[in-house]
Order: sequence, then structure tokens, then C-alpha cells
Amino acid sequence: MTINDFIEKFAEAVEIEDASALSANTEFRKLAEWDSLAYLSVIALLDEEFDVQIEMDDFRKLNSIQDIFDACQKD
Amino acid sequence: MAYLQYEGVGITALSAAVPKRVIANREYTEVFTKEEAAEIVDKTGIEQRRFADQNTCSSDLCLAAAERLISDNGINKEDIDLLVFISQTPDYRMPATSVTLQHRLGLGQKTIAFDINLGCSAFLYGLSVVYGMMEQSNLKKALLLDGETRSKVYSPRDRRSAFLFGDGGVAALIERDPKFGKSTFSLNSDGSRADLIMIPAGGYRKMSSAETVVEKVVDEFGNMRSDEQGYMRGGDVFNFVIREIPRDIKNTLTFAEKSVDDFDYVVFHQANNFINSYIMKKMKLDANKIPSTISKFGNTSSVSVPLTIVSELKGKLDGNKQLLLSAFGVGMTWATGIVPFVDCKISEIVEVENGQAV
Repeated sequence: MTINDFIEKFAEAVEIEDASALSANTEFRKLAEWDSLAYLSVIALLDEEFDVQIEMDDFRKLNSIQDIFDACQKD
Repeated sequence: MAYLQYEGVGITALSAAVPKRVIANREYTEVFTKEEAAEIVDKTGIEQRRFADQNTCSSDLCLAAAERLISDNGINKEDIDLLVFISQTPDYRMPATSVTLQHRLGLGQKTIAFDINLGCSAFLYGLSVVYGMMEQSNLKKALLLDGETRSKVYSPRDRRSAFLFGDGGVAALIERDPKFGKSTFSLNSDGSRADLIMIPAGGYRKMSSAETVVEKVVDEFGNMRSDEQGYMRGGDVFNFVIREIPRDIKNTLTFAEKSVDDFDYVVFHQANNFINSYIMKKMKLDANKIPSTISKFGNTSSVSVPLTIVSELKGKLDGNKQLLLSAFGVGMTWATGIVPFVDCKISEIVEVENGQAV
């Protein structure tokens, strides 16, 4: 999956209608749509697409959409 | 590998009680706005819950369910040799609520009575304990009572838990009969995640004090609760559940040499629709086989699996039915059960107000 595909799926999960408003550098915590419910959707997205679970203590360190994408790339 | 198997023990009758008071989540707007409520309901699928009034405890719900069960099935109380009460919302810190229920139900002093404190997976743990005692003894009948008043546990000012939990109680009659065949349970625990769902104060680690009852702002969103109220780290609970639950179900099926297709119904702990739908999708399960009461009763902790059976499978359990049960939550603990139901008699749900059936 490319970062652009991921941005689209992220937008869908967080229910942002226009994915083009987002970029790899978007700081997702500053989005109006970001809340604990959106977080659950992102957890489901990461599990479904990458078979990855990121614990909350680690997830807290991530700021941009690119950060999430990078954290999902397995060695 | 902690798998347990029992032979020739089963649930012969099942009943349930819920508080009469209905909370409609979309109108639950004393603290949060209608828009916030709608957003949460859309995501969790919890439209309604039942809230116990101040005169109704978990034990009262179980008592009402048990009395209904006893009268519907013409049970001789002298035949009940074992009473187990499951709850994390007991009447007192001591004595054990099961013992008060022995008296309130009019059972004899020879009754074996004790409590199990565990949380959402506890009905399966309880079944396993009772099946074990029944299989290895000459006890005649056992009553497994499971009640929770989670509405009294969580802060109505904490958005992350205010819309999820409801109250209920069930009674299960458990007897020996070769017709049941074999039951299999997988019971698991992970105490490294004890802090994911917790009521920090009010036990003996952090005893009740003037400070523990003070409501405080606990996060950047302005959610409020005291240390005597429960909290849940929903994200990590979800991470945990989607990793462990499908795995435990698969391993238990492999151990018992069964496949999901062998089951008439799969009954999950009713956490919320988001979690439950995701598990169903991830495991590619047939939605027609998965009854749900999330929308009308919310998350009733350990009560949710048997309450869903009473509410949704009444009239559908004639003959020999194979049920797969899965429950998970606080602890963390999680459990899978392969439980045959043979001609299980299910009573109508009783409503309770002021501690009494109405």
C-alpha cells in the first residue's frame, strides 16, 4: 500500500469526506473529526490492512498520518 | 493449554430480569449534546439501556430472575444444592451476596454458596466452575446467578463510558443429563492489562476517602469522574480484543475438532456494535447466526451473553442446539465456550422496579 492509498483509507475511517484535504504531513490530532471514536476506526483500519495493533502508549507518540503509516510497516 | 471439558452437564432452564427504567441514549442529554449522543449511538449501536433505581441491586435482579425460573419450571427448592453468584457490583463488600441470596430464595442451609468476581467473561468461568462441581458430585441441581448494575459504576460525565453500560440479571439452572454430551471451555487471563478497565479506589489498595469521591477532569476533552468510578481505555481494549478473541475461538475449535459451521448460534459478549461487527467481519462469520441485544440493553458486562440468549433465542432452542459462546473484558480475562443446549426452557424477561419484580 502506498502512502496515498493509506491517506484515502484514513480519511474514510475518520469520516473526512474530502481526502484531498489531507497529506502525509497532516497532524491528525488537530483534525476536527479526531476523537476517541475516530481512534477506534483507525485501530480497525490498521488491523484489517496491516494486521498490526499499536498500543495506546506507542500511538500517543505518533503525530502525522505518515507516522502512523511508518509504524505499520513490518520489518 | 487451559482447556476444560465436561460430560453430561448442561443448562436446563434460563431466565432474566432487567430494570423497568429505559434510558434512550439519543435523549440522554443532561451532560452531553444531542449531536454528541447521536454520534456515539451511531458508532456503538446502543440505542437503549436499562438503569436500576437506587433500591435495585444486582442481587434483586437475580432474585427476580431466579424466582421466575423456579416457578416456571416447578423446581423443588430442596433440590438446589449449589448457588453461585457472579458480579462485580455485589450488595456488600462482605458478606458474599450469594449467601444472602440463599436465604432470600428460601434455600436450605446445606446449600453451597459463594461469589465469583470477574467481569465480562465471568458467565463462562461460572459455567465451567458449576459444570465441574456438578459432574464430579451427587449434587442435584445448581443455580448460577449473574447480575450487574454497571450503570452505578461509570460517571455520566465521562463521554467514553457514559453511553455504553446497562443493568441486568440472569438465572441458569444447571443439571446432569447424558443428553448434553460434551462441553469445552477455554479460560484465559492477562493481568498485565489490569489497568485497561478499572475502578481505582474503594478497595483496599486505595481505600475510600474524602478525596476518592471527588470528581475530577481526567483528560483534554473535559471528561470527569472520581476514582470510585470506573474508567476504560477503549482503544487498548479494542486492540486486545481483535488480537486475542479470534485467536482463542480458532484454537478452541481446533482443540475440540469443530468448525464454526457446526454451530447453530454464536453468542458474543455484547460490548458494542463497533467491536462486535468488526470481530464478525474479521472472522467472516454468518450474521444470521449471531444474536444481538446491543441495541436494546447495551453492555451489561458478564450478563450480556446469557441475557442475549434469553432475549433472542427464546423459542429457538428446542431440540439439540450447539452454541459457541465468547466473552472478554476487565482483567483482562477472556473465554470461549462450546456449550450444547438441549431443550433449554427459557422464561419471559422479568422487569424490576424498587427491588421487586413488576
